[in-house]
Amino acid sequence: MTDIALHAHDDHAHHDADHKPGFFARWFMSTNHKDIGTLYLIFAIVAGIIGGSISGLMRAELMHPGIQYLPTWLSMLHGGEHSFDDAMHFWNVLITAHGLIMVFFMVMPAMIGGFGNWFVPIMIGAPDMAFPRMNNISFWLLIPAFLLLLLSPFVGIGAGTGWTVYAPLSTYGEPGPSVDMAILSLHLAGASSILGAINFITTIFNMRAPGMTLHKMPLFVWSVLITAFLLLLALPVLAAAITMLLTDRNFGTAFYDPQYGGDPVLYQHLFWFFGHPEVYIMILPGFGIVSQIIATFSRKPVFGYLGMAYAMVAIGLVGFVVWAHHMFTTGMSVTVKMYFTAATMVIAVPTGVKIFSWIATMWGGSISFKTPMVWAIGFIFMFTVGGVTGVVLANGGVDDYMQDTYYVVAHFHYVLSLGAVFSLFAGFYYWFPKMSGRMYNELLGQLHFWVFFIGVNVMFFPMHFLGLQGMPRRYPDYPDAYAHWNQVATIGYMIMAAGMVIFFVNIIWSLLAGRKAEGNPWGEGATTLEWTLSSPPPFHQFETLPVIEDHGHH
Amino acid sequence: MIRISRNLRVAILAGIGVCSMTGLGFAAVPLYRMFCEATGLNGTTQKGLRAPGSVGQKITIAFDSNVAKGIPWKFQPERRSDTIDIGGRDMAFFTATNTSDREVTGTATFNVTPVFVGKYFTKIQCFCFTQQTLKPGETVRMPVIFYVDPKILDDPDARDVQEITLSYTFYPSESQAVKDAAAKAH
Repeated sequence: MTDIALHAHDDHAHHDADHKPGFFARWFMSTNHKDIGTLYLIFAIVAGIIGGSISGLMRAELMHPGIQYLPTWLSMLHGGEHSFDDAMHFWNVLITAHGLIMVFFMVMPAMIGGFGNWFVPIMIGAPDMAFPRMNNISFWLLIPAFLLLLLSPFVGIGAGTGWTVYAPLSTYGEPGPSVDMAILSLHLAGASSILGAINFITTIFNMRAPGMTLHKMPLFVWSVLITAFLLLLALPVLAAAITMLLTDRNFGTAFYDPQYGGDPVLYQHLFWFFGHPEVYIMILPGFGIVSQIIATFSRKPVFGYLGMAYAMVAIGLVGFVVWAHHMFTTGMSVTVKMYFTAATMVIAVPTGVKIFSWIATMWGGSISFKTPMVWAIGFIFMFTVGGVTGVVLANGGVDDYMQDTYYVVAHFHYVLSLGAVFSLFAGFYYWFPKMSGRMYNELLGQLHFWVFFIGVNVMFFPMHFLGLQGMPRRYPDYPDAYAHWNQVATIGYMIMAAGMVIFFVNIIWSLLAGRKAEGNPWGEGATTLEWTLSSPPPFHQFETLPVIEDHGHH
Repeated sequence: MIRISRNLRVAILAGIGVCSMTGLGFAAVPLYRMFCEATGLNGTTQKGLRAPGSVGQKITIAFDSNVAKGIPWKFQPERRSDTIDIGGRDMAFFTATNTSDREVTGTATFNVTPVFVGKYFTKIQCFCFTQQTLKPGETVRMPVIFYVDPKILDDPDARDVQEITLSYTFYPSESQAVKDAAAKAH
């Protein structure tokens, strides 16, 4: 890594860099990357509360065998009495909403829209994003997208297709406006992300400060660059696939209807050609955040910088040729399964490079276990567990047995709900002083980590057992044999929810009464450009571009 | 303003990337069909000109027939199954009856199961290659001439296959769908 020195940059408080527009113009017509980043983070937190509450409903229903609450909840939502089938359908609506909200309206806005907007321009020494107005559109497209999804259960019976929206369930299995609204919601969210991706690519390619070469960019910027490319190439395929769903539903086409010469498996291919890169879209920025934090709190440059950057490139590239490992049970020949098994396992190599490089960064460092650091270490642990179960599931033969069981649920929650979310919390605590100008409460932060860590492990680890015993996902009921571990999992949810209460108490307390944060609260380990600015940074930073010098010792 | 034009250039390139990926998404429909035909994926059968001749082993072909919603036909194979020589030519007949009082044009989709033997199931002639038009009340006998490629004997995946099911589904052809819509509108 290179050292970074700054010139001509101490005078930002003295001229008009801090003239902010009025409330409405600032927050509703915003073109400022930091304000838009803040809006994204607020949006993601709101969506996270909704999506997390839905998972609470699901865990409550699953706590005991039998159907407990679904008919009551459906009556609360729609009024009146409902058939048992409608109550069961409501379960599908819940799982669909939870999946779509967490993927498209929580993780993606927080990672890319939130932290990406806030820190990519600052880290490369740019005054703002390349297209500030397009940035504004990206955010405001998300609002109608989210509203379409949230309102869909009120105009019909709700979209119960699962987040994958598989045909034929989504074509002629669920008539009515709800599924159409959910599909349109995906269109809008996709358009928002594509515009954001174009913006990030242009910003990172064209607006780096003098001396900030691609190979000197912080790893978080690298991760967002690769994520933006994945978004650019994967989301249009989803848009095409779900557009054909819409025409199949409404305009009499038969792309996915085998009765008329279509093929529902084609939808699965298209969906997972998007869907597999999508899971890297959700985790790569997390890799970047964790790399920054591990280096900062180990007071060492990250180990194997170039290897770390190109490992992410490799993950992104290989991520496009492994999609059919989500479809092992669609009747593939053994040869095709062998290819997708092998290709999937190849991804474990660059991922392993990253895990070992993080550990090597900590090795011999002078580590301080501040809240962001414990979250980052928690991330490494959780992501490794999820990665190992991923290697198990990558085996086509094993997957024949595991497909659509709770083992899969445990796997992808370990990499996403625990991996991506731990990196989000790590980033939130790491940058909270920079964004708000106030320190968070260290004790509450540590407490939040430990309660959350115990909660999610108690919740998700037993799902491995349930899956291995054959419990299928996407059902609101199960035989008594599965009762014990389901009860344990629901208790885990309660512990996790208590952890979230600590988090919100911490935010509110810190915003109201937190100690004022200095420009760099983390000491000499924090070497990226955002720590050279005040906390919070001036409304417009880098009116004179910083110059990054190469001191030449790697 | 050099910076603006540089930014626009990158944005336009990225936009072209988005458009081509969108195009690829839709192009996947014909590409997928071509891929299935070329590789026999998902039980897509092959076309051939001449059977290579019997190699002395037997296999059973079961016949399955279906009609889609919206086509008023009865459609059945004449025999439920044939036991044939691998590599030898076989001819099977299906009969279709138009049960409505109007002329109906239909096309048949087809596949074989197990799906991985699609690449060995070769048709020389089939009613499914073209559209079929039936007058009101008309019944036709429709032949399919096919053979099973002896290469199936060398495929370890197909070692245990003793029966192949050939399945057809008739659906109203596109021009028929337009006619139906027009009839509804009047």
